[in-house]
Amino acid sequence: MHEFLTGIFFWIAVGVCIIGMAVRFVRYFLGLNWQLDRVAYRAHPAAGIKGAARSIYKWLIPFGTRGWRTQPVMTAAFFGFHVSAVAVPLFLAGHNLFLESKIGFSLITLGPALADFLSWLAVGCGAFLILRRLVLPEVRILTTWNDYFIWFIALAPFVTGLVARYQMGSYGFWLNLHIFCGELLLIAIPFTKMSHVFLFFASRAQLGMDFGIKRGGMKGTKMAW
Amino acid sequence: MPEGTYCNKKPINTPEEVNFLLSDSSGTKYYEEMKLLDVDSQLLASTIQKTMKTRLKTWLEICAHCGMCADSCFLYQVNGKDPKQVPAYKIQSTLGEIVKRKGKVTNAFMRHAMEVAWAQCTCCNRCGMYCPHGIDTGIMFGYLRGLLYQQGFVPWELKIGAGMHRAYRAQMDVTDADFVETFEWMVEEYEDDYPGLTVPVDVEDADIFYTVNAREVKHYPEDLAEAAVLFHAAGENWTIASKGWEQTSLAMFAGDWAACKMQVESVYGAMERLKPKRMVGTECGHAHRATVIEGPYWAGRPDGRPPVESIHYVEWLAEALESGKLKIDPEKRIQEPVTLQDSCNYIRNHGLKKATRTIMQHIVAPGYFIEMSPNKEHNYCCGGGGGFNGIGVFRKQRNRALLTKRDQILATGAKLVIAPCHNCWDAIRDLEEEYEIGIRWSFLKPLIIKMMIVPDHMKPEE
Ligand code: SF4
Ligand code: SF4
Ligand code: SF4
Repeated sequence: MHEFLTGIFFWIAVGVCIIGMAVRFVRYFLGLNWQLDRVAYRAHPAAGIKGAARSIYKWLIPFGTRGWRTQPVMTAAFFGFHVSAVAVPLFLAGHNLFLESKIGFSLITLGPALADFLSWLAVGCGAFLILRRLVLPEVRILTTWNDYFIWFIALAPFVTGLVARYQMGSYGFWLNLHIFCGELLLIAIPFTKMSHVFLFFASRAQLGMDFGIKRGGMKGTKMAW
Repeated sequence: MPEGTYCNKKPINTPEEVNFLLSDSSGTKYYEEMKLLDVDSQLLASTIQKTMKTRLKTWLEICAHCGMCADSCFLYQVNGKDPKQVPAYKIQSTLGEIVKRKGKVTNAFMRHAMEVAWAQCTCCNRCGMYCPHGIDTGIMFGYLRGLLYQQGFVPWELKIGAGMHRAYRAQMDVTDADFVETFEWMVEEYEDDYPGLTVPVDVEDADIFYTVNAREVKHYPEDLAEAAVLFHAAGENWTIASKGWEQTSLAMFAGDWAACKMQVESVYGAMERLKPKRMVGTECGHAHRATVIEGPYWAGRPDGRPPVESIHYVEWLAEALESGKLKIDPEKRIQEPVTLQDSCNYIRNHGLKKATRTIMQHIVAPGYFIEMSPNKEHNYCCGGGGGFNGIGVFRKQRNRALLTKRDQILATGAKLVIAPCHNCWDAIRDLEEEYEIGIRWSFLKPLIIKMMIVPDHMKPEE
């Protein structure tokens, strides 16, 4: 089992994720239509790129936009979850050892204390965001079963990883389950709402171009995001 | 009944058809017939297939359902934070459903979608600035309106409005002859006070080609004369066109994209014919959006720009004041608390926040200008945007929508509101009628005329 999960299935999951997202990314940009979208993408590349970069950059900074500032608690939980969700899978020591053995290459690694902290942070913030969904009427009305399902596949690798990490029950079992959940998540990315991990950049870039080209950017107004 | 005589899928194109629809006062029969109108699911599905590109599709798909857009919508706020007014909910439960069900929706669903599209969203684009994913719900509503229009589910007034553009190339039944005559007649009225005042018609190669809102011709013709006075005072070499003079587009509010194209092409035609250095449009927000921001796309201009540089009235005015072409008598500046309505359509949609503030610096004595809060690109819609002002069946909802602006104005303590946008002006007038908060409101032109230093060439002879 372990062999399968860390062997062929690992490669399948990574391949599906990367190829799937590349395809979606390319299709996103090919599917833009200057006339129907009402943005002259090609005619003003410099203004477009500037607007796109600004739109992405501003929203990646915690409290960097008015939107983030108006909802500080949400923002804190949001960044708490997302920073961990990016950092832990990429920089966990165990993951990097595995990566090293697979492709002879590894990234910088997190110290064990920081890694634990971030993992708990992801779970805590995730739980808070799910709670927020249940409590606030304006979020509850938007919520579908699909949203809970996405949370489930997003949090499962963290929860199983932590259980394995603290050696509760059978380590081998939890480790395998953890790997399986992580790989499932990779596969789900291109096909579900999880695609936002890449398409966020596409959509933000697009609206940034809109503002950069048509809605004020070329009038010298930087949109006060 | 698949299609009614008043309410159907066919656009109206001629003055006779316009009059026929107008004869059904307040659209009583029209809305009765709408209840029986068939939904052409196939057409709906194929239109979506053809026109819904990745931007909108992705937006519908990746919306995180986070609700961060809720508070940004003034209609959500002013309706007691009704969750049904969350921007993401409004669009997902209408456009989202139509897409999901591949157009197989009922008549009742379409009528509900019509109410959401026109009475729960003014396409002010404010929510788009607050969504982490960059999802601009206002844009999606514009798209939804197009689908509804195509199926005949459009408010009566806007069906007529779009028809007016088709029949007259104007939002009202103002003919080209009416326009020129009214302009000339108004200028004559003012000539005694301002000697040498003229209205140059169809002059080629002028510095400025001036375009208007047909409402001015029909309801406030002084505005035409005031524009002439100010151009004259500034010594501008300007002209109007006897054809292609109307800058607005109710068709844009109606979602009648074919009519939008016809309308804007008439203005661009005038530009091409007269070859002015640039076009200056009147004090109207949606007119600017239609002709300058969106119009180039309807007309298929790949650079996204009108044939000649086109600016809003506030840009011209700011420039004339800054360059000294127009001079203000410091004694006559506004000396009472005054506030400014930022029109979504040229502030949030075209970045013109600076021009209006430059004007304020010139015309308001120091210390009297009070900003609304929030302001500039974060300002709220006046409450009557996107056609909302003119739709009778949704009057109750519109009146409620005005509360946001009322409270914003009250918070400034100002008694005078400057509204360089026809639609905002109307909304503020209505809000005073409705809620009587004791305010006055004004376009810029009459204010400037009262306080400008009349240049020698314009002084009446002794
Ligand atoms: S803020 Fe954006 S992502 Fe969140 S619910 Fe609203 S539209 Fe969807
Ligand atoms: S565009 Fe304006 S009115 Fe429409 S949903 Fe967004 S904030 Fe509300
Ligand atoms: S009427 Fe004025 S404030 Fe209202 S949507 Fe239009 S531009 Fe914005």
